[in-house]
Parts: sequence; C-alpha cells; structure tokens
Amino acid sequence: MVSETVVELSRFQFALTAMYHFLFVPLTLGLAWLLVIMESVYVITGKQIYKDMTRFWGKLFGINFALGVTTGITLEFQFGTNWAYFSHYVGDIFGVPLAIEGMMAFFLESTFVGLFFFGWDRLTKAQHLVVTFLVALGSNLSALWILIANGWMQNPVGAEFNIETMRMELTSFADLFFNPVAQVKFVHTVAAGYVTGAMFVLAISSYYLLKGRDEAFARRSFAIASAFGLASILSVIILGDESGYELGDVQKAKLAAIEAEWETHEAPAPFTLFGIPNQETQTTDYAIKIPFLLGLIATRSIDEEVEGLKDIIARNEGRIRNGMLAYGALHKLRGGDNSEQTRTLFEQHKKDLGYGLLLKRYTEAVTDASDAQIAEAARNSIPHVAPIFWVFRLMVAAGFIMLFVFAAAFYYCTKRVACHKPWLLKLALFSLPLPWIAIEGGWFVAEYGRQPWVIGGILPTRLATSTLEASDLYFSLAGFIGFYTLLLVIELFLMFKYARLGPSSLHTKRYHFETTGNDTATVLATQPQARE
Amino acid sequence: MFLDYDTLKLIWWLLVGVLLIGFALTDGFDLGVGMLLPFLGKNDNERRVIINSVGPTWEGNQVWLITAGGAIFAAWPTVYATAFSGLYVALLLVVFALFFRPVGFDYRSKIADPRWRNSWDWALFVGGFVPALVFGITFGNLLQGVPFHFDEILRSTYTGSFFDLLNPFALLAGLVSLSMLVMHGAIYLQLRTEEAVYQRAKRAAAIAALTMITSFALAGLWLGMGIDGFRILSMPPVDAAPNILAKTVEQASGAWLSNYASYPWMLMAPLFGFSGAAGALWLSARDQPGLAFISSGLSLTGVILTAGFSMFPFILPSSTDPNSSLTAWDATSSHLTLSWMFFAAIFFLPLIILYTSWVYRIMGGKVTEKQIQQKKHSVY
Repeated sequence: MVSETVVELSRFQFALTAMYHFLFVPLTLGLAWLLVIMESVYVITGKQIYKDMTRFWGKLFGINFALGVTTGITLEFQFGTNWAYFSHYVGDIFGVPLAIEGMMAFFLESTFVGLFFFGWDRLTKAQHLVVTFLVALGSNLSALWILIANGWMQNPVGAEFNIETMRMELTSFADLFFNPVAQVKFVHTVAAGYVTGAMFVLAISSYYLLKGRDEAFARRSFAIASAFGLASILSVIILGDESGYELGDVQKAKLAAIEAEWETHEAPAPFTLFGIPNQETQTTDYAIKIPFLLGLIATRSIDEEVEGLKDIIARNEGRIRNGMLAYGALHKLRGGDNSEQTRTLFEQHKKDLGYGLLLKRYTEAVTDASDAQIAEAARNSIPHVAPIFWVFRLMVAAGFIMLFVFAAAFYYCTKRVACHKPWLLKLALFSLPLPWIAIEGGWFVAEYGRQPWVIGGILPTRLATSTLEASDLYFSLAGFIGFYTLLLVIELFLMFKYARLGPSSLHTKRYHFETTGNDTATVLATQPQARE
Repeated sequence: MFLDYDTLKLIWWLLVGVLLIGFALTDGFDLGVGMLLPFLGKNDNERRVIINSVGPTWEGNQVWLITAGGAIFAAWPTVYATAFSGLYVALLLVVFALFFRPVGFDYRSKIADPRWRNSWDWALFVGGFVPALVFGITFGNLLQGVPFHFDEILRSTYTGSFFDLLNPFALLAGLVSLSMLVMHGAIYLQLRTEEAVYQRAKRAAAIAALTMITSFALAGLWLGMGIDGFRILSMPPVDAAPNILAKTVEQASGAWLSNYASYPWMLMAPLFGFSGAAGALWLSARDQPGLAFISSGLSLTGVILTAGFSMFPFILPSSTDPNSSLTAWDATSSHLTLSWMFFAAIFFLPLIILYTSWVYRIMGGKVTEKQIQQKKHSVY
C-alpha cells in the first residue's frame, strides 16, 4: 500500500500545480474576448487606436499565455505520473474529454495564437479578426472540455463499474457531456475568467489615467473593460455554482460544508453569515444566521430541505456497510466464484462499492472492518468544514467588491466622467488582485470540498495515487517549486515592465515616453486610418 | 455500434501512431531547431532568424504531443497510468524541459540585454534536447521491456529506477531520436533561412543524417541479435473485454523480428527510415530543402513505425512479469469510448491538418535578417 506521505505529497503537488496553472488561464479566457471586442471596433471604425489597443493588450496577453501553456503541460502528464490508479480506474471516461479538448480546442487556440501575433501584415483586417476570434473560441472550448472532465469528478454520471476490467466504463457520452454539474461549472468558471480579464484591463487603464498619460487609449480601454466586466460579474454571481450543489451526494456534502450546516433544518434553511465551524463537536460556534436565505439560494425553492452534515454522515455509514458487501462480492467474483448468489449480492450493492473503498484507509482487506473503523470512515466521509466555510466567504466578498467596482466604473463611464474620479481609478487599480483571490478560492472550495473523494462516491483520493516513493515526490516537488517560482518572478517582472511602458512598447511613436507635449493618439483616434 | 471492437482496437493503435508521427513531423523540427539554435546562430540577429523561423507555428505543433498524451489516456488508460507513473523521473524531466519553450520563445525578445537573451537560447536548447533524448530512451526501454506488475485490483507497481533506463541500448535509441530530429530541424532551417545560417544548417543536416543512419543501423542489428522480444502464447479473443492478466507471454530471442517474417510489407518501415535519411542527405547537399524535408519526414515516419511494427501488438512489455505486459488488445478502453474517440478523431484530425496548412502558407517564406531588423519590436 502507498504511504500516507505519498498521498499527502501527491495531493499537495496537484493542488500546487493546478492552482498555479489557474493563475494564468482565467486571464487568457477573459482577455481573449476583450481583444476580439477591441479588434472588432477597429475593423468596423478603421480607427488606428483600436488596433493599437488590440496589439498592446495582446502583448500582455502573450506574456500571460506563455505561462498558461507552460503550466498546462504539467497537468496533462500529471494524471498519469502521480494519479496512476485514478487513470486506470476512470480513464475510460475521464480521458475522453481530455483528448477531445486537445483535438477540438487546444489545437485551434495554439495554431492561431501565432498568427495573432505575427499575422498583422500578412492577413486582411477581417481575416485577422477571425484569427483572434478563433483563439478566444479555442480557449473557451478548452475550458468547456476540462470542466466536463472536472464536473464528472464531482458528479460521476453516465458510467458503470465493470467487474472484468476492474474499472469504471462509459455508458453514455450524452450524460457525460450534458452533466448538469459540468454545465453550471463551465458557465461560472468562464464568466469568472471574463471578470479577471476585465479587471486586468480596468486596473491598468486606471493606472494610466491616474498618471495622466495615454488618456485616449486608457479611456477607451477602461470603458470596454467596465461594460464587459459588469456583464461578467453579474453572470458569475447570478449564475453562481449553487444550483449545481443539489446534484450528487458529494456536492450535497460540499454545500453543507460551505454553510457549516451540521443539522438538517426545516425548509427553508437559514444562511450562516458568520461563525466558527467546529469539526470535533459538529457545531458552528457564534453563528450569525439569516433566516430562509440558504434554502432559497441552494434549492431555489422554499419547501426543499438542505441536508445537514450529521445526516449525511449517518447515511454514509450505511453506504459504507453496503460497500463492504459489494467489495467482498467483487473479490470473490474476480477470484473465480461466479455463483448467482455472489453476482446478485454485488449487483445489489455495487453503487456503494466506492464507499467500501473508503475503508481501505483503515484495513487493506475492507471486509474485516470493525464497527469503530466504519464509524471513523463515515466521520471522515465529509470534508473539513472550516477552511471551506471561510474560503467560500472570501470568494463571495471579493465578488461583491468587484460588482461594486464594475458598477461604479460603468456608471461613471456612461456619464463620461470616470476619468475624473480619482477615488474610482484608485479603487479599480487596487482591486487588481481580487479576481485571483476569488478564482483560487473558488477552485479550492470545489476541489477541497470534494474530499475524501477524487471521484465523488466512486474512488477515494487516497486510493488514486501512483505507487511511488516519497523520494520521487520530493524530487518533483523541488522541481515544480523551483521552476514555478523562477517563472513567476520572470513573468511578473515582464508584466510590470510592459504595463508601465504601456502602448509605447509598440514603438509607434504615438504614445507617452515617445512623444513630447500633446497626446497625439487623441488626434489619431478621431480620424479613420489611412491604409498602412 | 458502428465498428467492431477488434477493428477499433487496431484503429486506435494506428491513430496513436498517427499522433506520435504527427508530433515528430511537426514539433520534431521545432525541437531540432531549438537544439541547433546556440550553434548555428553566431549573433543575436542570426539567432532571431532561427527563432522566428519556428516562432509563429511551434505552439500548434506542440499540441500533437499534448493530444497524443490525451489520446493515450482515453484509448489506452492502463498504458497511460503504468508508463507515466513508472517512468516518473524521466517524464518529469521532459515536463521541466518543455517549460522552457513557451517562455523561451515569448520572453527572449522582450529584453535586449545579451545575458538575458543568451540564457533563453540555452533554455531553448534544453527544451529541445531533453525531450528528444528522453523519448528515444523511452522507446529503447520499451523494446527491452520495463519492470512492472499488477496486483489483484490492477494497481501497477514499477520496480526499476531512473538510472536503469540509461542502459546502452536505450542510449543508442536516444541517439537515433536526437539525430533524426536534428536532421529534420536542420533541413527545416535550410528551407526557411538564407546565407550564413543556411550554410551552417546544411552542414548540420549532413552530420545529423549520417549519425542517424549509423545509429539506426546499429540499433537494428542489436535488436535483431542481442535483445529478447516478447511473444503471446495464449490470450482471450481479440474482441473480448480487456483483461490484462488473462494472457500468457514469454520472452524469446528474435521475437521482435517475427512480425517482419509474417508480414514482409512491414519491412517498408525500416526501409523508409534509411532511404528517407539518405535521400534527405543527398537532397539537402544539392540545395533542394523542400524535397529534403519531405524525405526527412519519411525517414522519421519509418523509424517510428519500425519501433511500432517490431513490438506489435505489444505496447508496454513487462520484463519482470511478462504476463502483465500491455498490448493493443487488452490495454484499451471500452468499446463505447473507442467509438466516440474514433468519431472525434476522424472529424477533427483532417480539420486540424487543413487549418494548420493554411497557417503555414500564411507564415511561409524565408526569414531574413532584414525582416528582423525592420520589425525588431514585434517579432520574437
């Protein structure tokens, strides 16, 4: 059996590399559409300044994109290197969206991204816009397939266990694709990416406006970002993830953990605004509750219950006992006992096989688990509540602050006075880290909240790793931490350098640092461009 | 379902081959160009010419590798699980080396400092050298079998170490891989550059092609005389549900040559490996880089198919427990998954080839030092 250390280090490494990858991906998702918008305006109006905007924000897009690609490679390989049993056990299903992502989306994005940077002089305006659009489309389709894969880990539909092959196998591609959890996740996640792109442009534009430089350029960028950002943050909040939490047992436990809901309340349940969740006593101390709100958010109704953690644990204990029977029957079946009785027993309980596997942590043989071990496995069948409770609130708080920032920015933009509100510009500038806090928080809640499962109800995390030694993990972790730190320092250095340079980095001789006196871009912006 | 399970299993063996060959044909020259960069470019301008010959297109090329990885995951989940976790350290070295490419290409030109640029040049070298070497070494080890076995819940345990991979035959296979990708990269540079860089690329192509022909011949001799292949003694029907432990396998000398005896047309693969490289050598010397590039591509295809044909139907033979070996018949995913993946592949692969060709046409032509000077702020 694999040591606890290997399991913990593997989890740490996956979390580290996935969350690091996720620093770059959302910005790509959002910024790509902003480039499409800016370039569309350029194609329609023919005004040079919009081309400069596309090219300058495109430069920053490129710096970010490079690290997105770099860190994505890791994830593609890591399921195999570190989660070999996972790959064997569910590869039949999980591999499908990953492979299709490559063929449908990543190829598209990567093939055209080179043309986006180098094709300006070789393509017509319309052709280049199509190229930019295809990059945006590719990156978003990529997110779709990855979230279909991830959604299946939370709510594994369309699959069944096969005794002969000792793994889960696909039974319905449609169920996998239309998994409601995946669809909700996709909308929520890409919208969060759009918010990230918008906040990035808004904050950096505010910096130029505060410095009083490149005003025509910054004002237009600010306006586009505020409108796009407001629409996106509203989507994120309204189409939040909550509606996906009623589906699947693991999602229910996650929801109860987010709300530190230990007992099942009569509908509609109150929402715990603040409190200190205590895993030992299974209570939430000093809770401040808002009546009815949770029931409304979670079930979108006033008469459905939100199940509490204690009830979930009690039910899981029963499922673990069933799972023991299923595991025992499976063992016999694979050992060659093909009797009708064993087969029926397995068929009866096979949906709880995964719960039986939870016992592997306590006893290798599973079927000899004691009552105490079963009770402990049940107690540990829910995630740690406090981190999820707090991080969720952090995410929501960041979301609402951003809503305020975008709403104010948009309002003052429509009044055409946004540039003259230093408080707003400062607020926008200092809000720059918020989308990253929110998305990393959201990722954490979704994945940490899935524990102890890697595939909800099917495969426990600690069974899913590769058979490795701790020394293998120390080697790879040292590499990841070393390279990722170095790359992050370099990326931030370049990002700050180019953001400070602003559009002057295009060397068009039209922008701050290149011109003296008047902001010539203002003049240019108002005239349709002569053929370059 | 539309196609029989056994047909699909065979098709997926071919499709994984297509993806790996697609990777070698396209990103192969990017890796080769990366390896040649510090040696063929004597000053910053020349190096920028070299980098920009692949700059706009390398990213799409790398996706062949990513997609091959994804396809192996979906079509051969147990191979993906066993090989990637077993070859842990080797694969992580590849991953770390690949880190250098996206950032190397994109960040190098962003700062003019010579130390900065020189560091990225060597980073790009590593990004080409390490993956090319490790892929070759991996094939060298697959041909010898690697030490792993399964327990009763089909969890694999790999019992070798990283340094065991660096045995003489595998290092020779590594040399085949390195030299063929350098050859491919050098000929690609002939196609896309002129003057000094062109002349140096021509010399590099000749050296690489000769090395490749020699090492490939040596590896072939060694494989035929000194390495025990694997052979299936009994197994369930080909269209049965994949049950890895249900077959019996033995290791036997000359077993890797038996396919060529049964199917003599398979000899086309090594033949193309040699004649393609010889043709590339000849055409490159006669300043026909376009034809030389095609010839070099045929050579790469031949070399990869030679490895595939020799082992077929084996994918990952086990040296310590031959019955645990993974084959194209019993390491696959389910019938339904193979079907869906097949539809996705026959729809998307032609589409990918179509738009990739369009992008190459747009970005084609010679990259010159003059162009780089004119656009020094917008090119890599």
